[in-house]
Amino acid sequence: MAFTLYSLIQAAILCVNAVAVLHEERFLSKVGWGADQGIGGFGDEPGIKSQLLNLVRSVRTVMRVPLIIVNSVCIVLLLLFG
Amino acid sequence: MPCNPIILRYWRRTHSLLPIQNVKQATLAQTSRTNREREGLGLRCAALDFCGYFLHFRLFFWKKIHCVTKQNILIDFFKFKSGGSSHLVMDVPHHGYRATAKSRARTAPPAGGNPLLFEDTSSPSPPMARHGYYMSGAAGAGAGGGGDGGTLFRDPVASAAMMYGSSLAFQGKDMVNKEISRFVSMNKLKYFFAVDTKYVLKKLLLLLFPYAHQDWEVRYHRDTPLTPRHDVNAPDLYIPSMAFLTYILLTGMALGMQRRFSPEVLGLCASTALVWVIIEVVALMLGLYVLSVHSDLSTFDLLAFSGYKYVGMIFAMLGGLMFGRNGYFLSLAWASCALMYFIVRSLRMKILSSLSSDSMGPGASARPQLRLYITMATATFQPIIIYWLTSHLVR
Repeated sequence: MAFTLYSLIQAAILCVNAVAVLHEERFLSKVGWGADQGIGGFGDEPGIKSQLLNLVRSVRTVMRVPLIIVNSVCIVLLLLFG
Repeated sequence: MPCNPIILRYWRRTHSLLPIQNVKQATLAQTSRTNREREGLGLRCAALDFCGYFLHFRLFFWKKIHCVTKQNILIDFFKFKSGGSSHLVMDVPHHGYRATAKSRARTAPPAGGNPLLFEDTSSPSPPMARHGYYMSGAAGAGAGGGGDGGTLFRDPVASAAMMYGSSLAFQGKDMVNKEISRFVSMNKLKYFFAVDTKYVLKKLLLLLFPYAHQDWEVRYHRDTPLTPRHDVNAPDLYIPSMAFLTYILLTGMALGMQRRFSPEVLGLCASTALVWVIIEVVALMLGLYVLSVHSDLSTFDLLAFSGYKYVGMIFAMLGGLMFGRNGYFLSLAWASCALMYFIVRSLRMKILSSLSSDSMGPGASARPQLRLYITMATATFQPIIIYWLTSHLVR
């Protein structure tokens, strides 16, 4: 398996995109991963599930605008250079 | 025929007194220039050669004197002797410039910074020497330009341009440092590169034979962890980066031995190994976050621990290159066991020992197991990667 740095960047962009398309109301709440369902117990030790949901929510909030820019750049580059 | 050996050499060559190897050479010798032309050429070459000898002897004596007397006397001596020969004058201030810089670097006091980091445990520590050289580089240029007047450059404009250029370089360096230090804390990075020879040797021995080591705790000095120079358990980034480069070179060599080498393969191999390290570090950071392990492992620490597997890779590859397939598997097994033991013992201190600081909540019983799992997962990932990245190189 020969990785180049470009394939790493591609994989990273695809993963972040995948996390960003998980919609809050339409999908996550139905499955039981909604924002309100994660913050269950208020102990010092948040469980694995709440940590993961936290992570998903923060990625979606933080990466929304940069992802728009990066995706547009990727689309333009792929259209121009194949 | 001339008597002087230098001119004789050229005279011989031009008059083709060297033994002629074959008929081709004989015909060539006859059809090239006439003897008179050759003689002229030969004399010109001889004259240049003689000048070269003359200057060489002067340089030779100059170098001998240089070691004994002071700088200024020397420059005056040669200005008098040469009477303005431009070739030598160009050489002298160049030497003077460099020597001034070096002497200033040696006597420069440590300019601020953490004294613990830059303690001189070996010959001049790299950060200080570099600092001193840069500072004295600019100062030396200024002093050279001002003090010697015309000898640095005949042209005052050129010396002014050089000073301006060096100040520009200074500004550029400052700007670059500021930009970089926004993303990467330079002090933290300097901590990881503050190593010396003794530490490197002990750490390499530890990576290949960790079973005899007793004390795996990282020692502290007033709340800050000790630098790698003073503590063999501290992680560093010097060994991983050097091992990474050595791995790339060894890959090139192994591929060359199998006649499969091409320069693109080197770049591909380098980026593959780098990508695997990045994946491992990201996965480890994610795992530590999700399991809410509050340890003091920073990104650089994880990078260091990930990079230690390159030493095992090099060991396995050397075994394979020297002793064939069997040697490869033997050294792979040895390196894997040593590395697994090393990683488990090192990370156990950092990950598992942070248990005592957390309060015992309802979910606490699941904690130790999960932390153990993550440590074991890290440890078992190393041999897999070592095998993956080196097996195709050893036939």
